[in-house]
Amino acid sequence: MIQKSGTKQLMRDIRRHSSVYALLAIPFVYYIIFKYIPIFNGQIAFKDYMALDGVLGSQWIGLEHFRTFIHSYYFTELLRNTLMYSFGKLVFSLPLAIILAIAIYESNRPHLRKVVQTLAYLPHFLSWVIMYGILLALLAPGDGILNDIIKMFGGKPIDFLTNTDAFPWIVILSDAWKEMGWSAIIFIAALMGIDPSLFEAALVEGANSWQRVRYITLPSIRPVIVIVVLLRLGTILDAGFNQIFMLYSTPVYSVADIIDTWVYRQGLLEFQFGLATAVGLFKGVIGMFLILGSNRLVKRFGGNSLF
Amino acid sequence: MRQKKKRPNGRFISVAVKPTAADHSFNLLVDVFLAVLLVIIAVPLWSTITLSFRPNDYIGNNLEGMFLAPWNWSNAAYKALLGNAGFVLAFGNSLKILVGGVATALLLTIPLAYVLSIHTLPGRRWLNLLIIIPYVFNVGLIPSYLLVTDLGLIDKLVAVFLPGAISTYNCLIMRSFFEGIPNELKESARIDGATEIQVLIRVILPLSKAIIMTIGLFYGVSFWNDFFHAMLYLNDNQLQPLPILLRNILMASGMNEYVEVNAFGDAPIAAIKAASVFMSAIPMVIAYPFIQKYFTKGTLLGSVKG
Repeated sequence: MIQKSGTKQLMRDIRRHSSVYALLAIPFVYYIIFKYIPIFNGQIAFKDYMALDGVLGSQWIGLEHFRTFIHSYYFTELLRNTLMYSFGKLVFSLPLAIILAIAIYESNRPHLRKVVQTLAYLPHFLSWVIMYGILLALLAPGDGILNDIIKMFGGKPIDFLTNTDAFPWIVILSDAWKEMGWSAIIFIAALMGIDPSLFEAALVEGANSWQRVRYITLPSIRPVIVIVVLLRLGTILDAGFNQIFMLYSTPVYSVADIIDTWVYRQGLLEFQFGLATAVGLFKGVIGMFLILGSNRLVKRFGGNSLF
Repeated sequence: MRQKKKRPNGRFISVAVKPTAADHSFNLLVDVFLAVLLVIIAVPLWSTITLSFRPNDYIGNNLEGMFLAPWNWSNAAYKALLGNAGFVLAFGNSLKILVGGVATALLLTIPLAYVLSIHTLPGRRWLNLLIIIPYVFNVGLIPSYLLVTDLGLIDKLVAVFLPGAISTYNCLIMRSFFEGIPNELKESARIDGATEIQVLIRVILPLSKAIIMTIGLFYGVSFWNDFFHAMLYLNDNQLQPLPILLRNILMASGMNEYVEVNAFGDAPIAAIKAASVFMSAIPMVIAYPFIQKYFTKGTLLGSVKG
């Protein structure tokens, strides 16, 4: 074959695809405006931002905001709370999702299976505002159902949402309630991919149900479990802004405040734009390394990472 | 005895083995687990629903209220909500955001996902990089807030959905789906002289109903449920969508704290709160069964190899 010069070939390829680039024009402009200008605006993390001077006109102050943040008393508190909620949700709801998937897969009652499956996916589609309404009916100090039960046994009603001991549990448990079914989908799909002849062989060998779960089902879905854990570790700094923002209040800030809620308050309520951006950037940079790292590992474990 | 067990994937296991005591205990435990879970999921939903139908003269606590017979229910709270101009307005705003948002998002996401799926495209690597960088590097809230302010979008409904109109994650899922469509179909259309836009409309879209429904649902859920962007960008009361109104109603300890005194007639406050929760969830609950069959397939695309 005759070797064509690289540029010529490229020009021909580009001409051939010219209508593709036309299709791309609007999404491309969208990306520049809505995804890249914010990154550009991120420079105010290193500036003493003044609304009147704008992003470009404000004074550079170097790492001042980062120093303020790292030396402040809330630094460890925010980091601790963020990690507590992320790991708490992972440790609590992941095993639940796996058990749910296995139970749905193993159950001999098709109707029960169907009803549980349908109902368990539903809460994923409800917003945290709606969830807050549902939780109020459950947890309200005066007339919540949980307090009705406590009163029935002669106990004193508890205001769960303003109690620093109860609050973390409410966050973790309500997240499990909302997302358990949705998280189980991926495991159910993995279970359906197991070769039934494995189970038949095990039956012939005299394995009972427990042994089949222990030696066939769990090992078969182990790669999927590993991948899900890795992907979750990649977003470990996202502890669930919408949820905590809806549920928290001043009495529980010390156990409820995560990086994202703090950035919101500091930035948009206290107008400390520079400092809030610096903290957001701090989170963004660490988050980037975590996502890239977890994706690399996912690929190594045979997963199909998105990029 | 033959143990015949139908698996969810429709295949049968038929091996002549007598179930042991361990098998029976296992099956029992599985069903008990599912039943308990069913109750745990259902009780909070049921308590909210029954609360919303609570009559004004009801005496007794919420626990007992869950067992109130349906013929004693009252629709006063719903009547009050639907008769309230503020609620109707907020519902309308939410619908506008939902329809406008999903249409914009799909119009932007589909072409981008399609272009990314063309392997022969020169510069595809750069394009991928352009998409991925903002996805993995999130600068946070304030820089986006400054952008929306600078664009003059404060107090415009588009401010709620425009910043999230292309979700890179959704776009990449869609790309994976488009990549799975056989190349021969596209090539034969191209040989017949179709432009890329025609290939997309005539060949790709008719084969992509499942993924478009799924991604449309994801966008729809995020726009309908969004309260944060609305809170940031919409200050005008006339523009507030349902989640903002719902939040105000829920946060008010008495209705007199709410913007309009006695706006909701004589229905009990708790019933009004519960009814607005239910009304906010209704579009999702209605759409859900229709789309349920699509989303399992769609969700799994691009996440894990089967």
